[in-house]
Amino acid sequence: MGSDKLIYLDNNSTTPCDPRAVEAMLPYFHQIPGNAASRNHPFGWQAEEAVDYAREQISNLLAVESKEIIFTSGATEADNLAIKGVFEMYSRKGNHIITLKTEHKAVLDACKKVEKMGGDVTYLDVKRDGLVDLAALEAAITDKTVLISIMWANNETGVIQPMKEIGEICEKHGVLFMSDATQAVGKIKTHPKELGIHLMAFTAHKMYGPKGVGALFVNRKNPRVKVTSQMDGGGHERGMRSGTLNVPGIVGFGKAAEIAMQEMEADAARLSVLRDKLENAFKENLEEVYVNGNVEHRMPHVANISFKHVEGEGLMMTFNQNIAVSSGSACTSASLEPSYVLIALGLGDDLAHSSLRFSLGRFTTEEEIDRTIEMISKGVNHMRDLSPIWEMFKEGIDLDAVEWSEH
Amino acid sequence: MAYSEKLIEHFNHPKNVGTLDKSKNTVGTGLVGAPECGDVMRLQIEVDEESGMIKDAKFKTFGCGSAIASSSLATEWLKGKSIDEALAIDNMAIVEELALPPVKIHCSVLAEDAIKSAIADYKSKNA
Ligand SMILES: Cc1ncc(COP(=O)(O)O)c(C=O)c1O
Ligand code: FES
Repeated sequence: MGSDKLIYLDNNSTTPCDPRAVEAMLPYFHQIPGNAASRNHPFGWQAEEAVDYAREQISNLLAVESKEIIFTSGATEADNLAIKGVFEMYSRKGNHIITLKTEHKAVLDACKKVEKMGGDVTYLDVKRDGLVDLAALEAAITDKTVLISIMWANNETGVIQPMKEIGEICEKHGVLFMSDATQAVGKIKTHPKELGIHLMAFTAHKMYGPKGVGALFVNRKNPRVKVTSQMDGGGHERGMRSGTLNVPGIVGFGKAAEIAMQEMEADAARLSVLRDKLENAFKENLEEVYVNGNVEHRMPHVANISFKHVEGEGLMMTFNQNIAVSSGSACTSASLEPSYVLIALGLGDDLAHSSLRFSLGRFTTEEEIDRTIEMISKGVNHMRDLSPIWEMFKEGIDLDAVEWSEH
Repeated sequence: MAYSEKLIEHFNHPKNVGTLDKSKNTVGTGLVGAPECGDVMRLQIEVDEESGMIKDAKFKTFGCGSAIASSSLATEWLKGKSIDEALAIDNMAIVEELALPPVKIHCSVLAEDAIKSAIADYKSKNA
């Protein structure tokens, strides 16, 4: 990429669609216009064939059966279908769900809805490194617990949860295990059946596929898991999700899965080197740099870093004509709340305020990382020159003891 | 969110960044925090003893781009004003000048509060 081009380090928000996936999709907009549910003519058959093929590509990536893939409009819908769908389907067995405070809003808000529907939800704290406390998880299980929902990898910090251990706890207590694996699928190995995961949500646009299409894996055997549909109509997707399938989107999703299967290991190896280079350079160039979340159990392409005494939105303004990242600062959010994920890790408001999330991707180059290091180091120094808190810190003033006059 | 050119200019080239000697009787210091978002602004004025006019103003701000631009603009406006004129500076004038979006109005309030707090400090020293 040319040096005048915007550097995109926000791949956890969404990834660019791989040109190979785009190419695979194109015929399905016009030349092959059929509805995959039209059983009586070749247009429909061709569309159905394309969908079946994509289902194979995706199930191969996950090492599951193709019938276990339920297409949705994305991970938000898949999360909702899993949580509300299990709650409704298993209401005779119990009404209790356990999840984490650091989950994505799609999970947390679906759980809130479940509470309104008469459910009981436990939102567990995480440890300071973002990992679930397994003992607390097991202790939270009651005879009413039907579902444990824990994400595979966190979108803000990249922290990877101990899926195998959680699966064992679920197995031991006969509780269903659901995972929002949106940030992990297509980037690291995600084989749900090996780990006792019964339901798994993910989406195409975080793995170099198109936006607006995702899926829920639903285990079909030992145990046979069912969810109550949340979208009623023509009975598509084995009755679990009605609605005409997004054929071009699904074809692109399938192609993205096939590419991921071939390339994710190499991508991960290359990106973790670049990510580490970025992180180490900041630690060398600048003082008071903190990496948030567990660094051993972490996605290879993600770094969440706090530059203490610098506010994230202001910092972003020093370079955001050139580099796209996101921040946990209150000032970037409409609600003026700092990131709840970072707060749940026990970060003070000040560190949450100072955080930037870098998420690299398949199309990130080393040259871009070098320029990022340079521009952001400069930006941090600029902002610290402007920061009264940095000045006080440098003078050795105990910031916690300062009395602020608040308006 | 797209910011106005004036705001970006103040952000990229902030005016009057720095520190005045707060032990001097002619210097008033205001240090305020925004409870909404946790940002912090320090604004200082130095008053000319003979004329009673503000002859210098400096700031440092830990905060978003709008807060930095608001404080930079505020220090520009303060210079050459009397204390009474300075007290009349209204945050809405800052909002208008920098075309701040509604979610950033509190950043200008922070600047107005910093001015008032600096003046209060100056007055208490010279009471
Ligand atoms: C962990 C996680 N879950 C769910 C979602 C929502 O995915 P989608 O945009 O496909 O609805 C996202 C993306 O923002 C995510 O990061
Ligand atoms: S001062 Fe925090 S959002 Fe502007």
